[in-house]
Amino acid sequence: MSAIETARAVRAGERSAVEVLEEHLARIDAREAEIHAFNLVTEESARVQAEAVDATVAAGGDPGPLAGATVALKDNMCTRGIPTTCSSKILEGWIPPYDATVVTKLAAAGAVFVGKTNLDEFAMGSSTENSAFGATHNPLDVSRVPGGSSGGSAASVAAGFAALGIGSDTGGSVRQPAAFCGVVGMKPTYGAVSRYGLIAFGSSLDQIGPFAADVADAAALFDLIAGHDPRDTTSIVDFVPSAGAVLDQGVDGLRVGVVRELSGGPGSVEGISPDVIARTNAAVEALAAAGAEVEEVSVPSATLGLSAYYLVAPAEASSNLARYDGVRFGLRVDGATTGEMNTATRTAGFGEEVKRRIMLGTYALSAGYYDAFYGKALKVRTMMLNDFASVYDKVDVLITPTAPTTAFPMGERSQDPMTMYVNDVCTIPSNLVGHPGISVPFGVGDDGMPVGVQVLAPATHDALTFRVGAVLEAAANAGGES
Amino acid sequence: MTETAEKALPDGWELVVGLEVHVELATVTKLFCGCANEFTSDPNTNVCPVCVGLPGSLPVINAAAVEFAMRLGRALGCEVRPSVMARKNYFYPDMAKDYQTTQYDQPTSIDGELMLGDGAVVGIERAHIEEDAGKTTHIGGGGRINDAEYSLVDYNRAGVPLVEVVSRPDIRTIDHAKAYVSELRDILLATEVSDAKMEEGSMRVDANVSVRPVGSDELRTRCEIKNINSIRSLGRAIEYEALRHIDLYGSGEAPRQETRHWDEAGGRSTPGRSKEDADDYRYFQEPDLVPLRPSADVVAAIDATLPVLPAARRARFAARCTVSAATIATVVERGQDNLALAAIEAGADADKVLTRIENDLAIDDWSLVSVEGLAALISMETAGELTATQTKQVLAQLASQGGDPKAIATELGFEAMESDELDVLVDQLVADNPAEWDRFTSGDDGDRKKMQGFFTGRIMAATRGQADGRAVAEILGRKARG
Repeated sequence: MSAIETARAVRAGERSAVEVLEEHLARIDAREAEIHAFNLVTEESARVQAEAVDATVAAGGDPGPLAGATVALKDNMCTRGIPTTCSSKILEGWIPPYDATVVTKLAAAGAVFVGKTNLDEFAMGSSTENSAFGATHNPLDVSRVPGGSSGGSAASVAAGFAALGIGSDTGGSVRQPAAFCGVVGMKPTYGAVSRYGLIAFGSSLDQIGPFAADVADAAALFDLIAGHDPRDTTSIVDFVPSAGAVLDQGVDGLRVGVVRELSGGPGSVEGISPDVIARTNAAVEALAAAGAEVEEVSVPSATLGLSAYYLVAPAEASSNLARYDGVRFGLRVDGATTGEMNTATRTAGFGEEVKRRIMLGTYALSAGYYDAFYGKALKVRTMMLNDFASVYDKVDVLITPTAPTTAFPMGERSQDPMTMYVNDVCTIPSNLVGHPGISVPFGVGDDGMPVGVQVLAPATHDALTFRVGAVLEAAANAGGES
Repeated sequence: MTETAEKALPDGWELVVGLEVHVELATVTKLFCGCANEFTSDPNTNVCPVCVGLPGSLPVINAAAVEFAMRLGRALGCEVRPSVMARKNYFYPDMAKDYQTTQYDQPTSIDGELMLGDGAVVGIERAHIEEDAGKTTHIGGGGRINDAEYSLVDYNRAGVPLVEVVSRPDIRTIDHAKAYVSELRDILLATEVSDAKMEEGSMRVDANVSVRPVGSDELRTRCEIKNINSIRSLGRAIEYEALRHIDLYGSGEAPRQETRHWDEAGGRSTPGRSKEDADDYRYFQEPDLVPLRPSADVVAAIDATLPVLPAARRARFAARCTVSAATIATVVERGQDNLALAAIEAGADADKVLTRIENDLAIDDWSLVSVEGLAALISMETAGELTATQTKQVLAQLASQGGDPKAIATELGFEAMESDELDVLVDQLVADNPAEWDRFTSGDDGDRKKMQGFFTGRIMAATRGQADGRAVAEILGRKARG
């Protein structure tokens, strides 16, 4: 049963939120040991929330549009009174005194939080293997990764642990795990969803995004969490989300561009596997069949995205992660002096990938290197903005694969950062320019694992990504693609 | 030579000083959160997730602080322009995020100037907005960060809004350095941007000091002197530092560029951190805040509400009087300049108005002294209707009770005596004191002075102070000449 249908039934008094929750908790009991989607299952507080929803309905009130819908929350969003770890030892023992804005909004809508989900430490990774608390496994094949960094939330939705998932996407961390786990995942326009309470990785890139089993649920979740927040001045003033309202508008007459540089064909970045290319082409054909006008377009700077990203994101991270110094919260490893305490704490508290990125970012911002590295990456960002602006003069949306491959086996890439980083080649450009993107399952690859197709749109046209996504979803279902 | 007078450098050397002044803005709340801008409270009581840098928190810039900063910029004649916040990255326990949010290459205000009382002009390079740090107290050991047993941090001051006003190295004398700080303080008070108390740290002055041979226009190695807590200290610190440099050059050495710490008790500076091994601050644009783009209307509105500044207020008197610049400065500083100006315009003698106010109206509340009353009083004094002593007494009563000076003078029995009445009185005294009169007429200069005092005193006693001192002197002189 979809989240929308569950909420309708709970609001109508046809189902009890507690009963819905218990079904999900039972599934968690059955499979969490082999999947490890959660850092913490918040069973007790979830029951309190579900009971409150039922009590409101019993009293004739309306608990909200997501009444009784279960939500898995990525463990880098602050929850008052509940540990928030970023899957890092450095936040050991820290309990936030406040809720992230998305948490406040979802709670007010009647959602029930089943737990805090695993992630690559500080959201740095593409496989959810870089967690201080152990890797998450793909529910469709536990020998494979769920993608990352929001692998725990994606796996939770795929395994039926929660109807909805909340992730964060800095370079593809919602869309890529959605593709790997066969669910819908969406990265909103930068500033569409408040970042208040999201523990920062790359502040100019981070966006919170929804996971769901289908496009309609993802749209409903997006409409609920999006909107201006006075606590986040980078959130867009007057942004009115309207994804749910346009889902059935189809793509007749819509201009769809296939990005040559990310198509796997001539002029494309390398490494996109043939089965993924085939599924993406099939998705383009499905859109054409639904009335869209398809053409190939070029975004030349898209090939530079990966390089620019691995300067911008680590640079911002090196600054954002400075505060984990052992002084105010989290882990503290004593030292003879304050400086030695800082060093000992950070040495013990951060994992290898986090340290690698802090060093990369520190270097990129250093005197004498800024212009050659960080400064140049900013120029690439501007080029990409210009390239996308030109392309959106010609077409309404763009289609690419979400990830170059399907979910890969655990351990396959965890020792080689570069092959891991290449995973995000198709998703990174939209983070650098702040545009929305959605990943929708469209059949399976040669290995039987799901393939995700990505729909990109210009800034603030978030609803359009869902609208095209709904057409792809219908085509995939009709064609027996999934 | 008085303590405040200029001490010249040894022949052939010229002082080159630039000042960096940190000003705490008198806003109600902090720069990036709603906490009270009030740090005399109990430690860590005016704090929240934002100002202690908890994970996930985001800054929201205080519009009032930005307005204050722009007001100060305009008062300093700066161009107020679009600006961005930047991060200055360094580790220190009282810097909650381990970076300071400040402005770097795009400050709010640039290219202004400050005119000193004697007409000298000091260029203002920039005035930028930044946040203050918390306050660390090192306990035990040597009381410094690296040898303390432990340290206590109070974050009440963390996030308090500052403007740093950076002068150009245009200052050539110690007196000008002091005058600059004094003038800046007057402007801060006049614009109500800060309470500008050096002794309480709401105005903190760092001096960049170097010397060079007279006639040269080179800029030699400078040292930055910190921990200057008063205008007097500023003069001492600059002098010490300049002489130290001259000594070094004299012995064939050169100063190192470094930060030095002024030791007021010891009357010397000690080396702090050397700039050679200084931190690399890795500045980059603050991604959590949007650029500040004040519209022309906003700047025009600020200009329209700027008060008349001290320099302009002083200038209003320049062409009208011959009293010292210090007298005018005092009257302006006390805010009595409008009263003085109106009394002068009502016909009272300018020099007398200013000196009477400076000397005899040094009180907090002079509101009962009306322009008409003051003008009439000064005119009575100028016309010889009241003696200096009587004028002071009438002014004191005017200030305490208000009223009409003529009526007060009558009430106090201050009827100026006619000259012939005085003549009779003097004749009587001469007759009663022949020996003294003899010393007055035939003694040496010392005798003459003493005896003039003797006779004047007797006459004043006899007239209960109503005699005009100048008239008495004139009569004595006439009678002595025979």
